[in-house]
Amino acid sequence: MNHDDVLLNVRGLKTYFYTLDGIAKAVDGMSFYLDKGETLAIVGESGCGKSITALSIMGLVPQPAGKIVNGKIYLNNDDILEYPESKMQDIRGDKIAMIFQEPMTSLNPLMTVGSQISEMILRHRRVTKKESWERSVSMLEKVQIPSPGRRAKDYPHQLSGGMRQRVMIAIALSCNPQILIADEPTTALDVTIQAQILDLMLRLKQDYETSILMITHDLGVVAEVAQRIIVMYAGKIIEEGNVFSIFENPRHPYTKALLKSIPKFGNRTEHGREPLQEITGIVPNLYKLGSGCSFCPRCKEAMDICKIKDVGLTDLGNGHRVRCLLCKSKREE
Amino acid sequence: MLAYTVRRLLQFIPTIIGISLIMFCLLNVLPGNAALMAGGKRELSPELIEKMKKDWGLDKPLYVRYLIYMKDLAHGDLGQSFLRQEKVNDLLASRIWPTLRLAVSAMVIALTIGIPLGFFSALRQGTWGDSASMIVAVSGVAMPQFWLGLLLMLLFSAKMNWFPTSGYGDGDFIHLVLPAITLGLGSMALLARTTRAAVLEVLEEDFIRTARSKGLSRFLINRRHVFQNTLVLILTTAGLQFGSLIGQTVIVEKLFSWPGLGSLLVDSIFLRDIPVVQGGILMIILAFLIVNLVVDLLYCVIDPRIKYQ
Ligand SMILES: Nc1ncnc2c1ncn2[C@@H]1O[C@H](COP(=O)(O)OP(=O)(O)O)[C@@H](O)[C@H]1O
Ligand SMILES: [Mg+2]
Repeated sequence: MNHDDVLLNVRGLKTYFYTLDGIAKAVDGMSFYLDKGETLAIVGESGCGKSITALSIMGLVPQPAGKIVNGKIYLNNDDILEYPESKMQDIRGDKIAMIFQEPMTSLNPLMTVGSQISEMILRHRRVTKKESWERSVSMLEKVQIPSPGRRAKDYPHQLSGGMRQRVMIAIALSCNPQILIADEPTTALDVTIQAQILDLMLRLKQDYETSILMITHDLGVVAEVAQRIIVMYAGKIIEEGNVFSIFENPRHPYTKALLKSIPKFGNRTEHGREPLQEITGIVPNLYKLGSGCSFCPRCKEAMDICKIKDVGLTDLGNGHRVRCLLCKSKREE
Repeated sequence: MLAYTVRRLLQFIPTIIGISLIMFCLLNVLPGNAALMAGGKRELSPELIEKMKKDWGLDKPLYVRYLIYMKDLAHGDLGQSFLRQEKVNDLLASRIWPTLRLAVSAMVIALTIGIPLGFFSALRQGTWGDSASMIVAVSGVAMPQFWLGLLLMLLFSAKMNWFPTSGYGDGDFIHLVLPAITLGLGSMALLARTTRAAVLEVLEEDFIRTARSKGLSRFLINRRHVFQNTLVLILTTAGLQFGSLIGQTVIVEKLFSWPGLGSLLVDSIFLRDIPVVQGGILMIILAFLIVNLVVDLLYCVIDPRIKYQ
């Protein structure tokens, strides 16, 4: 991280949930950075802590169970975890904006979509109500909603899921944020709509020069949009690298398994009926994590020592890092 | 929405016919009749009783009496009181205003205290302020009205002498205070609890997270996003409460000698003055139906998802 382009720098972030069942280490020592103009993808199965990582950056960890217990989050070299709530409110929406997974429920059902965009603009920009409305309409146009002037007066229930997600994008980009966090923005949508939304995001990213933190459980999405990938498992980074090296040379058994589970276009016709590979076993229970590698119970290449020995990230060079004893021992030989 | 309103109003007619039939049957199988009750402790001669029965039409068979009753009802005539020398229409007309005044005041108390109290509790969830207001609310729901009324009377009229014990006065405010509080407290408590639950539910919604991600202050989020959505959730309860308040006036009016529909109804039941009872119950049911309709129309106003055709 000794280059100048780092926009967001997360160091040793730990976000835990204190519940009646015990402590869930939803985010357990995440360190990563996001460069200016970059798209970074965080990939992992459901429940591994992706959303909580995002919400920690936004300062919106679910209260009162959730708590950031450790770490630093630098935005432009300023630790925003030190900020009081009022200063965080200035940042949210203005510097960092977020799109959520659930387009059907993320908009207030009793407000027109136009006023839900303009309330964001009014919050962060010195404009009149009328100007904010005009900007809202032009945002709707930018996200390619037909007849935006009329649509602005619609209520969310009058729009489809894809349209609502476009509205969410319009809200998020309306104050031209430096960072856009997109938490599984297409997961809840139909496949055809998914492609359109991703396309739209990529195009707007160019126009707005926004950096994107793209959260997804779908590696297929990642290949299209991201420059770098972080693979997350049970609150920890287990592999990190640029798209090319992760896809061509995955090192962690979990990453390999994830890649095998993507349906490849044309595979079926070439090789006949090859079944898709699934990762066997279940997502670990965060309340019952023991020592050793958390993936060990599901790992095909697990060794005895994996059950007991915690393992750090091994640097493979060129920004490729992996948390696995297999790689560690190979390097040390 | 106008067409919808008209349709709903037309639906009142079969509802009222159905209810009047049930009511008619129930009231006419009650043991005792007005002629017997009219004598009080005195023994009336059998001839006199027969004459009274004949005057009031009680000698005719039940179905004939029902048909006559329905024919009059269709003309808006609720009949003649057995024991008071008045038409039921006039009797009810003079009693409606005091009851309406009492019920509306009680509802205003319930709304203006209950809803803010519920909000306060929810936003301070888990603090002693929350616990204290909810303890008050639970006791409010649990307390029987006649007991609460007696307690208030004892404390504020008999001991402190702040308010008159009972009666209507000249319709002045001071006579209204204790009955309105007695009637409204239960609904207030229930509304407070409903509001608290509704606010907590709304705060968990995804769109609240969206609002926070925009950098809006908590105050603005509560005012703009939480409040309206909470109203949608508590409107039904509020409407039902107002309906049941009208029913509960029976107890409170009797307790405070309030000259309203409720006390008229109780007196008339004891005296088997059936036309008055029937008229009074019809009034209360009509009020129920109207409140329900108003609630449904209000939904249409505050919730864009609801459209009636
Ligand atoms: N509100 C909450 N209360 C308690 N635990 C939570 C809550 N939200 C998330 N968690 C815990 O954090 C873990 C990670 O959640 P999340 O970040 O939402 O996963 P995902 O990777 O699917 O986005 C969950 O498995 C759960 O154990
Ligand atoms: Mg998630």
